[in-house]
Amino acid sequence: MPVDIDIAKVAKLARIALTDDELDQYGHQLEDILEHAERVQALPTEGIEPTSHPMPMVNGFRRDEVGECLDPDSFLSQAPDTRDGQFRVPRILGE
Amino acid sequence: MTDLADLTIARAASGLRTGEFTAADLLEAVMRRATMTEAQLHAYLTLDHEGAATAAEEADRAFAAGQDHGLLQGIPIALKDNMCTRGVETTASSKILSGWVPPYDATAVARLRAAGAVITGKTNMDEFAMGSSTENSAFGETRNPWDTDRVPGGSSGGSAVAVAAGSAFGAFGSDTGGSIRQPAALTGVVGMKPTYGLVSRYGLIAFASSLDQIGPFARTVEDVVLLLEAVAGFDALDSTSIDEPTPGFGDALRTGVEGVRVGVVTELMGEGIDPEVRAAVQATVDRLADAGAAVGEVSLPSSEHALSAYYLIAPAECSSNLARFDGVRYGHRSSIEGTTEDMMSHSRAEGFGPEVIRRILLGTYALSAGYYDAFYGQAQKVRTLVRRDFEEAYADYDVLVSPTSPTTAFPVGERAQDPLAMYLSDVCTIPSNLSGDPSISVPVGVDADGLPVGFQIMAPALGEQVLFQVAAEVERLVDFQDRARLATSDEVKP
Repeated sequence: MPVDIDIAKVAKLARIALTDDELDQYGHQLEDILEHAERVQALPTEGIEPTSHPMPMVNGFRRDEVGECLDPDSFLSQAPDTRDGQFRVPRILGE
Repeated sequence: MTDLADLTIARAASGLRTGEFTAADLLEAVMRRATMTEAQLHAYLTLDHEGAATAAEEADRAFAAGQDHGLLQGIPIALKDNMCTRGVETTASSKILSGWVPPYDATAVARLRAAGAVITGKTNMDEFAMGSSTENSAFGETRNPWDTDRVPGGSSGGSAVAVAAGSAFGAFGSDTGGSIRQPAALTGVVGMKPTYGLVSRYGLIAFASSLDQIGPFARTVEDVVLLLEAVAGFDALDSTSIDEPTPGFGDALRTGVEGVRVGVVTELMGEGIDPEVRAAVQATVDRLADAGAAVGEVSLPSSEHALSAYYLIAPAECSSNLARFDGVRYGHRSSIEGTTEDMMSHSRAEGFGPEVIRRILLGTYALSAGYYDAFYGQAQKVRTLVRRDFEEAYADYDVLVSPTSPTTAFPVGERAQDPLAMYLSDVCTIPSNLSGDPSISVPVGVDADGLPVGFQIMAPALGEQVLFQVAAEVERLVDFQDRARLATSDEVKP
């Protein structure tokens, strides 16, 4: 069964700015891959529980204690733009 | 005399303790080997000459003072570039992280440092571990030391090549769908994926969190055991870490395979497997039978769907994990004018390579409204089916075996433009990632082109003992002595 993807919408959701040519190319590649992946839909899975994690585990808990923290400069110095000890970004709203 | 760079870790550890040579000598030997081979191989992205020299000095001082932190003290070890190393650039082979210097060590890295290991540098990989050839690196591909026109496999290709070529005694990589075992097979070394949760993932740059696992590369099974023992065990910083004491694995190496039940996986020995690979695997199975193993055939009927399920689950998890690369806190920021959202979308388009973009898009689609149940939900159910197949197989067998890779090393460029053909490289290794079970690749021969063939052994969760038991016996029976051309050529041998 051929797969039809609204690739521009997917790229927007993924926050990746692509040109029309790139959208076209990725769209075709994804359709090919998904056609292969669609085989999983043919399998009888009624009543089968999904596995989200390979090991049967419950949440791990630890004491809520203050531990050692990184020196803020060690990561702020890696950021593209900072001011007053905070990460800085361009304006949030459009024109 | 043998070049020191060619010694096993076990042999080097013993020489360090008898005073035959120093940690500084071992480091000099691997750095000399790197100088001779890197122009052709490009196993490393970063060689940390200074940090390694300091660590080697510390190890030698510790030996002189009678302090012994274990068998890795003074041993040069390479790390895949997705493992965070404090003060040493870590990029996961992506432009988006170019120049990033982690403020902390991954838990596995911290444990290696505490054990006195000498970290030589950071190895090349497919960007964010997405690939099977190490061609997807933003900083140029790694070549195979057996034939430099061929790929080394991937995604941990640089780590495999460093060990095969002698520019490290051992190395660590990460395995999400075969990224340790497949390059180990293609470069003629031993590579192992531990049980999911045995080695902490804290500080490993995440690709697909329910599949990723850190594991070792070395030239012998015994060396792989030494490396694993140094990093395994509970870590409160990783919520999926297994909270149980980790046994030593060394005793398993000398017990033989008398009475061990070995199941050959039918689906992984048929169509799509190169005849020479199949023959080498079958010959190894015959040797195991001669050595007293109880050999039979076993079916994993869902394994043919494992690949399809994997290529929905892994991209879905990656699309979520890689959302953090947005040009705000670290990494590349686009200089485009506009809003924060424009900045993010352009930073990601400029920073990610094509395979990473392909998988983020695929994962975003598989998780989006209206498609979740049909793709991601169904893939997770197939994962349950794969696990059931394994459970049934392990009722009758102690270990399962197969080829590690359907083919030996393929030519550079051959599959680069064909994502599906590349994905098929992982058909034998993916089932163990979906089930979370341990698995190892051991070299067992070469094909007509002189390229190594890997033999895969799989065991149930936390079945590392029997995995190493069979792997060590395979190693002994096959006695694989071939070495990569670039580790044995005249320029390299003294």
